[in-house]
Order: sequence, then structure tokens, then C-alpha cells
Amino acid sequence: MNTEILGVIAMYAVTILLAIPFGKYIAKVYAGEKTLLDVVLTPVEKLFFRISGIDRKAEMNWKQHMVALLTINFVWFLLGMFVLMNQGWLPLNPDGNPGQTADLAFNTSISFVVNCNLQHYSGESGVSYLSQLFLMFLHFLSAGTGMAAAVVIFIALKERTAEKLGNFYNLLVLSCTRILLPASILVAIFLAFNGTPMTFGGKDSIISMQGDTVGVSTGPVAAFVAIKHLGTNGGGFYGANSAHPLENPNYATNMVEMFAQMIIPLAMIFAFGFFLKRKKMAWMIFGVMTLGFLLLCVPTIIWEVNGNPAIAQMGVDMGSGAMEGKEVRFGSAASGFWSIATTVISTGSVNSMHDSSMPLSGMMQLLAMMTNAFYGGCGVGILNFFIFIILAVFISGLMVGRTPEFLGKKIEGREMKIAMIVALLHPLLILAGTALATAFPEITSANLNNPGFHGFSEMLYEYTSSAANNGSGFEGLGDNNPWWNITTGFILILSRFIPIIGPIAIAGLLANKKYIPESAGTLRTDSATFGMMVLAVIVIITALSFFPSLTLGPIAEYFSMR
Amino acid sequence: MKTNIFPAIKLTLVTLIFFSAVYPALIWAVAQLAPNNGHGRVVTANGKKYYANIGQTFTKDRFFNSRPSAVGYNAAGSGGSNKGPSNPEYLGIVQARIDTFLVHNPGVDKKDIPVELVTASGSGLDPDISPKAALVQVKRIASVRKVSEDKIKQIIDSNTEKPLLGLFGPDKVNVLSLNLALEKL
Repeated sequence: MNTEILGVIAMYAVTILLAIPFGKYIAKVYAGEKTLLDVVLTPVEKLFFRISGIDRKAEMNWKQHMVALLTINFVWFLLGMFVLMNQGWLPLNPDGNPGQTADLAFNTSISFVVNCNLQHYSGESGVSYLSQLFLMFLHFLSAGTGMAAAVVIFIALKERTAEKLGNFYNLLVLSCTRILLPASILVAIFLAFNGTPMTFGGKDSIISMQGDTVGVSTGPVAAFVAIKHLGTNGGGFYGANSAHPLENPNYATNMVEMFAQMIIPLAMIFAFGFFLKRKKMAWMIFGVMTLGFLLLCVPTIIWEVNGNPAIAQMGVDMGSGAMEGKEVRFGSAASGFWSIATTVISTGSVNSMHDSSMPLSGMMQLLAMMTNAFYGGCGVGILNFFIFIILAVFISGLMVGRTPEFLGKKIEGREMKIAMIVALLHPLLILAGTALATAFPEITSANLNNPGFHGFSEMLYEYTSSAANNGSGFEGLGDNNPWWNITTGFILILSRFIPIIGPIAIAGLLANKKYIPESAGTLRTDSATFGMMVLAVIVIITALSFFPSLTLGPIAEYFSMR
Repeated sequence: MKTNIFPAIKLTLVTLIFFSAVYPALIWAVAQLAPNNGHGRVVTANGKKYYANIGQTFTKDRFFNSRPSAVGYNAAGSGGSNKGPSNPEYLGIVQARIDTFLVHNPGVDKKDIPVELVTASGSGLDPDISPKAALVQVKRIASVRKVSEDKIKQIIDSNTEKPLLGLFGPDKVNVLSLNLALEKL
């Protein structure tokens, strides 16, 4: 078999195999059981809590969780604004990069706080090393926030009736120190030994063999790239992200970075099963997500490997596929695979330029973010999927004429209203944003890098990426100006916190309800049939919401090229 | 809110020190053991320093040419062209690259030009081309340098990097090492 395809299969298979034991470890961490790392990390965590005066054993109800989460996120946002706007005179700025403008700092700070990493700047010239280190802190903590939120749901669903759902700060710190940190250290060291820089020396300059003098941007890249993937953040150290030969030097690092971004979202599914002692439920979720992932990923790889038909007409050798925006060391198969993995999971790091993907591959990347529930980002993937489970329970309950129940709790009007708001907010933000941008062509059309249908896709992609907290882009879009910085900034806030608050509110309400033991009359929610029901709900909601906009962009472009 | 704000600020500060200073310091310390102490892979030839992983502009006929680049192989920045597949202006550029290639490589059939030689990479710094893209340039280099084609094919052969473990990923060849080998002939 072709070595490029084999590489993709190996990358995916290894990740799935390791996700199961890693999921077991994650479940242990959140259950407070003993693990090997206790010796080193318990004192560190104790120190954190002592200094900050937090009693990690004080349990919170769901509202207290949300207040704690929003407060600390707000602190990070303000600190981020300060660092980014003042980086010009602050220390650790060897390349002499200037401070960011207020609108760019607003967008960047929000974007990293909400785990999106939409970057309207280029890493080489837009941020100092101090800012990069600060953004790395947000890489850890924003991923930890998502995971802590998911665990609140785990706890709420585990107990038969519960008011108290653990301590937010405890879950946040454990996510960072026990899960993200050890994995990041391993990945960062692997990258450093494969040629990724880890230095504070600033820009280098060389004379090429043909005699041109060029700069070479370095920096503390290895540490940054590791957590950018493990935390499904995706904000690159350099402008070209993981297509850059220093961020991603060879095929082995490409496999490791791919593994790093998929492992925690996959492991969280299995952690859910281990934590609740409902392994069958975890397999149902995994099955639906994997099916959805493959449906998006396989056609994309085929289109990318086949290459651009418009260039094929010119009569050159298309053997390597659609190579515009791609790197020879990865090839078109691994790049196509990555483009779907990074959009399904909310990483948004890229190893090829999505703007130059084939039209229908671009549509698959968009669909991956529009559904936003297959695997998903650190923790938030489970939260989004949870909404669709609630919807599916309700709809199938009505179809068979039974009271909708999930894990022994009745789903009633209040929970359904919250679920619907969360499910509909996502298309609303994407479509309203894109509609607004197209309504003011005198402001936005000058920012487009491509004419026609593809230009529309660039705008649609930008808002989809913001609303899915993804962070990748059709990067031809000239997005560093007040219009894009401010509109996407607000979409980022809404699309991060409402899909966190909604599911937790539902889980909190369910946890308070009386437990009804499962009986022969209960609708089984861990069966393959129910899995197909969830998939159907996801597909129908996505198709109804987004089909018209997709026909205006990628689908129209596809037919125009035939 | 009030009960949370001070713990939140204090926890932020202590974790900030840990994740932005202690963690990178640890990785930096380990990277001192890595090749070239964590400054990226470097090749030196004739007293000049080059980065092995950073591609360079090679447009002269006596060198193996590298891929087109949207940033002119200046690694002070990075990025692709971000041109969409149906963009007529872009397709015109690709056509012009094919024509230029044919002018510089008389006797080469259009269907033997691998597509990566006429399309720009994502980073603009791609250090590699496929072995096919190197082979298609052999005739030109042999006639400019007045050496046998076999010798140049040998250089390609000895510099071709096989897939990882022989199993995963594409074949490739680093343009810089090819050209350094050419200069030694």
C-alpha cells in the first residue's frame, strides 16, 4: 500500500489504542485516586492552593462553578490585554516587535482565553517572547478550563442525587498539572531533539547559497508547540503554524503532533466511561464520533490526493496531489487528514494552508467545525456532544411515547430550552456574522484574497472558525483590522461560554432531580440504535442550518471548476 | 464574585510563574542536550552556516531549483500564497511557472513536471522536493555543469530520504543537501 496512506492509518490507530489507557488515567486523576506522579506533583499543587488561599475540598454547586470559571477567565483576559499591548517595552523582546493595537490585543487575548487561537497576527513579528510565554500559560489554563467543565458534568451524572459537584479550582489545576503538563514535557523534548528550536536568543540571519541575506526566526518553540497541540489550542509560534519546518521538522514530528492534538479529546470519552462506570455509553459516543470523523476525513484525503483539476488540465504530473499550500515532507494525504482532524477537534493548528484546499475539502473543514461535536476540543467536545444527546433523548422519547429520561433522570422543558438555545446559538453566530460581513462589502471585500465563491468561503470560514472556537482560517483573509478583530472577538466570547454554561446548567438541574431506577421501559441510551439517533440529530441540525451557505461558497466553487 | 476574585488573581499569578517560567525553563535545560543545543539543525559548508530545515531560494540553472515560495524563503516570516484552487489569477501564475520551467529545461516533457515544482508550499520555507522533482532537473544541471547525468542521479540517490521506518509518509530529498553535493563535484 501507498506509504502516505499507511502513515495516516498508523497515526490514527496508535492514537486510538493509547486513548483507552490514557482515559483510564484521566478518570483516576479526577476521582482523586493515587497515581505514579503523586510524589512530584502533590507538593506542587499543595503549594498552589496554599499561596492562593483556596480550600480545594470546598465543593461547589453548578452556579458556584460557573462564577468561579468566569471570574478567573476574566482575570486572564485583562492580564492578556495588558501584556500584548505593552510587549514593546516589556522584557524578553529580542526582535523588537511593537505592542499590539487595542483591537488586535482584544481579539488575541479573548481568542487565547477561550481556547480558540484565532491569530490575526504572525508569530514572527506580532508578539514578543514574553507574550509567547504568556500565551503558553493560556494554552494550559484554557484547556484546563474546558476539561474542568466537562468533569463537572461527569460528577453530576455520576451521583444519583447531588447538590455539590467538586471544586472548580481543584479540577482546573489537576487538569493542567496531571494531564497536560506531563504529556507536554514528553512531546516538547521529542520536538527539541528533532530540530525544533528552544532558545531565547532572538532572530538569526544567514546568507543563502545564492547569496541572499535572510532572517531566521527562532525562539522557545518546542515547549510552545507541545502544549498548543495537547491543549487543542492550535495557536502557532510562527505565522505558518505547523507547516513551518521549525515547528514541525519531519514526518515523525508530524505524527507526534497529530497524536498530541487527538489524544485528550479521545481519552476524555473513555474517561467518561471509566468515571461513570458506563463503558458501553463511552463506546456509543466514540462510535458516533468516529463515524462522523471518517465521513468527513476519507473524502477529503481522496480529493487532496487527486489534486487540483484546473492544474491537471495544464498537463503536469499530478502524482503528489494538491500541493499548493502543502509541504513535501508531509504529502497531500497526511495534510488532508490533518485538515479534518484539526477542525473536528477544536485545535485549529494547520500543517497546510486550508485556503488552498480543494473546494469540497474546504466544505468538509467547514462542516467539521459546523457540527463541532465529533471528538471536539479538550473537554468541550464532550460538552457539545452532551447537548445532542439531550436532544436525541427528547426526540426519541417522543417518538416512542415515553417520558424522556437520561441516566435515570427526567428531561423536562427547562433542560430542553437550554439545550435548544445552545444548539441554535452556533448557527446563529456563524450565519449572522457572515451575513453582516457580506452586507458591508465596502468594508470587508477589500480584505479578501480570492475572488468569487472562494472569497465568500473565506468570510464564512472565519466566522465558523470563531464560533467553533477552532482558530484555523482561510488565511488569505486580511483579518487584522477593527472589523474582523471586534466582530470575531464577540462571537468568540459567546460561543465559548454559553456552550459551557448550558450543558453544566442542564447537568446541575439533572443532578438535583430524583433518581428513577432503570427498568424494562427505559429507553436505552448506550445502544447502537440510540447512537444512530444522535448522529441523525447532528446531521439534520447541521444540514438544515448550513446547507444554503455552503452552496454559496464551496459547492458553487466546485461546480464552477468542472 | 467577591469571594472568587482574590483567589482567582492569586492562583493566576502562581500558575503563571509555573507554566510560563518553570515549564519552559525545564524544556530549555533538556534541549541543551539536543543537537545544536536547541538552536535548530544547522549545516556548515565552506565556513558558511545554513539551517538544514529552512529552504532557500534556488532559481539558478546550475542548482537544483526549490519550490516557489510566497515569502521568498525569508524565514523572518512564513506563510503560503493562500490562493484558492479556482482563482484565475493564480492559475495564470501556475501556467507561467510551467512555461518558464519548459524554457529552462529543453527536452523535458510537460507531463514529467511534478506539480510541487509549480506550486508554493504552506510555510514558504519548504526545504524539500520529491525525488521525481529532482530527477526532472538532471538534464539541465548536467548540461550547465558539464558533468554526466549519471553522476547527478547518484547525488539524488544518496540524498533521497526514504519514508519513516520505510513505511510511513512520502519520499523526499532536501534541496540544500543536493546543491551542497553538487558544489563538491
